[in-house]
Amino acid sequence: MWIYEKKLQYPVKVSKCDPMMAKFLIEQYGGADGELAAALRYLNQRYTIPDKIIGLLTDIGTEEFAHLEMIATMVYKLTKDATAEEMKEAGLGAHYADHDKALFYHNAAGAPFTATYIQAKGDPITDLYEDIAAEEKARATYQWLINMSDDPDIIDSLSFLREREIVHSQRFREAVEILKEDQGRKKVF
Amino acid sequence: MSKTLSEEFYRLMEQLQEVDFVLVELTLYLDTHPEDYDAIKQFNEFAQKSMVLKQQIETKYGPLQQYGNSYSGYPWNWDQPPWPWQM
Amino acid sequence: MPTNRKYYRPYIGPCDPCPPIRVKSYETPPQLYLGFQPYGLKQFDPSTALRKGTLWPALYAPYTNPYEPREEEE
Repeated sequence: MWIYEKKLQYPVKVSKCDPMMAKFLIEQYGGADGELAAALRYLNQRYTIPDKIIGLLTDIGTEEFAHLEMIATMVYKLTKDATAEEMKEAGLGAHYADHDKALFYHNAAGAPFTATYIQAKGDPITDLYEDIAAEEKARATYQWLINMSDDPDIIDSLSFLREREIVHSQRFREAVEILKEDQGRKKVF
Repeated sequence: MSKTLSEEFYRLMEQLQEVDFVLVELTLYLDTHPEDYDAIKQFNEFAQKSMVLKQQIETKYGPLQQYGNSYSGYPWNWDQPPWPWQM
Repeated sequence: MPTNRKYYRPYIGPCDPCPPIRVKSYETPPQLYLGFQPYGLKQFDPSTALRKGTLWPALYAPYTNPYEPREEEE
């Protein structure tokens, strides 16, 4: 089972009321390479991967939910006190018409989240390559989001999240190396 | 209902975030380096630090976890703000 | 130590409508080079690690917006 902890992984701060940035950030909430897709992708692959990799998929998948909450926190803070007029001006009129301030699992262009974002081939190497690609795509998305923000606090949180993609990619690359090794052969460092 | 959060709360929370982040990093590292003795030693040291800090926060500010991983005050204080996105 | 950012000069066409960006860049962060992480790599202290998003300087690759503001005259 999972245990929720009433704590953010990183102290997220937002210094500017900027609902338009929320519209862009939602890409990492319900987009193809977002945190929800990542969490579901890794946790789902655990059932068909060799035992040595299950722990890693569990732990990275779980961390992705902490990142999902960081994104939600930023969106919440960016839109919490925006008026209907301000939402409209920020390009969130269509969102507001359907959801008011509610978060919704869709991407920045409004396409709803779909299970087709998540690949599960059942071949361990194929799935890990998928995971490495997913981490690199999320890293790139964070770069484009950083390029569009001028709030140092938002950039700070996005930089943290981007760095996490680098570390996850590193671990998945190591997982590939572990699977490439001959059974029973000891690693020498 | 919501008490003004003291600077101490934020300070303690950030300390916990720091300690727990080291644990996240070591967890992922150990998932691919299960025989690194020094890293396991460091992991256990930080697990201890995290437990002490959590207890300190929970005594003053209420439970961090649910399902019996934290003690409850009276009345039931799980609902007491701030939730993570409200901090 | 490899650099985290590489540069290239894209082709500039005579009929391109926007003022050209002459040098473009892309990121090549450390996980592309590190290989299997060795034991005992130098660590950040916990506070710095949280701020940077990793415990290990060897995996830290800061990112900044590569776009420069457009200059008024060519």
